[in-house]
Amino acid sequence: MYDAVIIGAGMSGLAAGIRMAHYDKKVCILERHKMIGGLNSYYRQGGRNYDVGLHALTNYAKKGAKTGPLVRLLRHLRMKWEELALIPQIGSSVAFPGMRLHFTNDIAHLEAEIRKKFPSQIDGFRRMIGELADYDQLGLGASGGSARQFVSRHLTDPLLIEMLFCPLLFYGGARENDMEFGQFCIMFRSIFLEGFSRPYNGVRLILQKLLDRFKRLGGELRLRSGVRQIVAKDSTARKIILDDGSEIEAKNIVSSAGWRETMNLCQVQQHSPQIPSGQLSFIETISVLDTQPKKFGHEKTIVFYNDSPVFTYKKPQQPVDLRSGVICSPNNFAYDKPLGEGMVRITSLANHDCWVSLDEEAYRLEKHRAYDRAVESAVRFIPDFRRHVIDTDMFTPLTIRRFTGHENGAIYGAPEKKYDGRTHLDNLFVCGTDQGMVGIIGSIVSGITIANKYLLGGNL
Amino acid sequence: MTNEEIRQAVIDILSDISPEEDLENLDDNTPFRDQLSLDSMDVMDIILELRKRYRVNIPEEDYGKLDTMTNTVAYLEPSLKEM
Repeated sequence: MYDAVIIGAGMSGLAAGIRMAHYDKKVCILERHKMIGGLNSYYRQGGRNYDVGLHALTNYAKKGAKTGPLVRLLRHLRMKWEELALIPQIGSSVAFPGMRLHFTNDIAHLEAEIRKKFPSQIDGFRRMIGELADYDQLGLGASGGSARQFVSRHLTDPLLIEMLFCPLLFYGGARENDMEFGQFCIMFRSIFLEGFSRPYNGVRLILQKLLDRFKRLGGELRLRSGVRQIVAKDSTARKIILDDGSEIEAKNIVSSAGWRETMNLCQVQQHSPQIPSGQLSFIETISVLDTQPKKFGHEKTIVFYNDSPVFTYKKPQQPVDLRSGVICSPNNFAYDKPLGEGMVRITSLANHDCWVSLDEEAYRLEKHRAYDRAVESAVRFIPDFRRHVIDTDMFTPLTIRRFTGHENGAIYGAPEKKYDGRTHLDNLFVCGTDQGMVGIIGSIVSGITIANKYLLGGNL
Repeated sequence: MTNEEIRQAVIDILSDISPEEDLENLDDNTPFRDQLSLDSMDVMDIILELRKRYRVNIPEEDYGKLDTMTNTVAYLEPSLKEM
């Protein structure tokens, strides 16, 4: 009998596992795949290392900082700042037709941009920051309401509003075109107030640190161990049945599988329709280059682009929405020495159903087509890098579904979140994306918070 | 444990949880929260560490008694002096 079984060895599951193992609990993480990481992972292909998921870590904090999500993460995992050695971004931008807003990890830069380019909006922008900074982003309290309504109380220029929403939706929007107010505060702070960074060795470094810590504390990880069912009696989860039919008992279960996905494991049909499924999915193209991006004039860390004044963040009708996207170059962080190879990653909205309907050959062809068209669209906003491409790869909504288990390949999960992490069973909790925390830091904090609140604190 | 050892045990926990804090200049009679950036989850972590390391169980209604170093040592003394 385990003290806790955790479903999923992604960022949130590993973090919850570390907390449990640190306090001498008998804990096991079950992972369906042969790799850890879930949405954020890495692989090797053709002699190269690729990252998936992570473009950048948000919530950057300098060494010595004493507050904020990154600090909480480091404290509760007993990690030193140096272990992640986060390198801040160089600078990013939001590019719309005829207008660019540049920002860095210092909000003063974005304020100066808005003062220059949207002079009538600067007072409202400052007022808005003051108000959202008060929101307790680390609490578990839900806070409903529309972010667009909140923003429209402070800003009146529709173009500026669209340009501010664009990065936030791309990096954490689980519902179409709008966000919940609480989610907006978390995302705004994580991107514009704290900002982007990356460890030199990317997501693999973070995952390896987490896994190493978990195992050294005596935690058990079972790969290729998908969960088929959570069996409950009365209002308590009694056992877990794995895909291979074997059974595991645990006092508590923490699931990072997603809210609806966890309800499906419980075979609770009446709960699932209460939360609609997420619909927003992405493709991502990865281009390996024969040179560093700055050599051909591309020095931005991340560029969020949209080719019309209105940004549409919803499930497209066709395989890929080519009108907008995110361009990230992992080379463009302030490293002491450059990364070995140049790389450009482009992410755009995609329709899961279109990709699912294709047979194997059509899927392969559509991937090539989508790669070409996504890159063609992106080079309207950054220097054309196509002559430098020496290798490519790409993921689709199917890849996301496969590695996250999320219905519809919904990258940020369900449109409504379960902030308190509780379920209809008294010893089953959800953590990760559907608990309402997004991004790598958010996911890790989610795992920590759920473990602390229900599995460690509850036993005091 | 002597009171000085109890104090050092608490300092060790604080420094593991929050290595970036300046603990050398901690004032024993000023509340922790006025000198250190500790939130409620950190306070819980301290209590969990005390339980893990010294098997002291602190009921939730007593958390408030651990506000300063002097009060914390006084609170822990009956449990830890025989260790």
